[in-house]
Amino acid sequence: MKANFTNPNEDLQAIREIMERSSKFLSLSGLSGIFAGGCALIGAAIAWFFMLESGRISLVDYLRSPDKLSNSEMGFYLSLDLLLVLAFAVLGAILFSQRKARRAGQQFWTKTTQLVVVHLMIPLICGGIFALILLFQHNLMLVASVMLIFYGLSLVNAGKFTFSEIHYLGLTEIVLGILAGLFVELGLLFWTVGFGFMHIVYGTVMYYRHER
Amino acid sequence: MKNPISNLQKVFESRIRLGIMSALMVNDMIDFNALKELLGLTDGNLASHLKALEQKEIVAVSKQFIGRKPSTTYKATEQGRDLFRLHLAALEKLINNQ
Repeated sequence: MKANFTNPNEDLQAIREIMERSSKFLSLSGLSGIFAGGCALIGAAIAWFFMLESGRISLVDYLRSPDKLSNSEMGFYLSLDLLLVLAFAVLGAILFSQRKARRAGQQFWTKTTQLVVVHLMIPLICGGIFALILLFQHNLMLVASVMLIFYGLSLVNAGKFTFSEIHYLGLTEIVLGILAGLFVELGLLFWTVGFGFMHIVYGTVMYYRHER
Repeated sequence: MKNPISNLQKVFESRIRLGIMSALMVNDMIDFNALKELLGLTDGNLASHLKALEQKEIVAVSKQFIGRKPSTTYKATEQGRDLFRLHLAALEKLINNQ
């Protein structure tokens, strides 16, 4: 037999690389996480310093009595703040990931990208609906907890198809969400840690591990 | 002791076929164009390797229409998976014996 098998090491490496590339969404950029975390921090800072007047106004009071929330402009501005953070974070995630794919000479919108999006969306949409239910039931105390828990579940679910850091970020968000449920007074703090700092921490880890 | 080289499959000698099988091991099925992009090959090159794998019943082909566009998808057969695992184990053994 012709001994063409002289480099099993290289063969195995090539096999592993193709298995990973064909089944995992590797275009996700750590910069997306850092950017999303930055957006969340700015959003939380705006809420804290401008709307809540550095804590002189208690957010919990508003959340406890949704009538007060709906009778004031607070509810509107808080929702606007939240939606803007979300919009910028998602936009950043797409743009940075597209850039990473382009630089690596790979397609961005592939079957694995679709898998990631679908698996991300299932718990996320459930969480969104549940948050709306809380709103209609006039029970907003748990809204930070719900956002963190459902977002964490989404990440764990989508983490199967991308870097393992996403899985662990998801678990972290779930733990923070549970804590936010136990200590409802500190909801905004846990929200800021979960959506702000944790995105930056994990985004930085991902950037240094996979993009340097 | 049995020589580990004897388990190496001649059909997977080429890096391209290794690549095709690697992708098919971790995906239920892949269409021709996705495979082409993944491995960075030309139509003709990929098609000839797929033909060889198909003839040895390592991959199975199915053709269907998505809307009005024809689409050819490939999947690894059970036999193909077994052969590939055998090949992988042989490669690993070879490394460990070095």
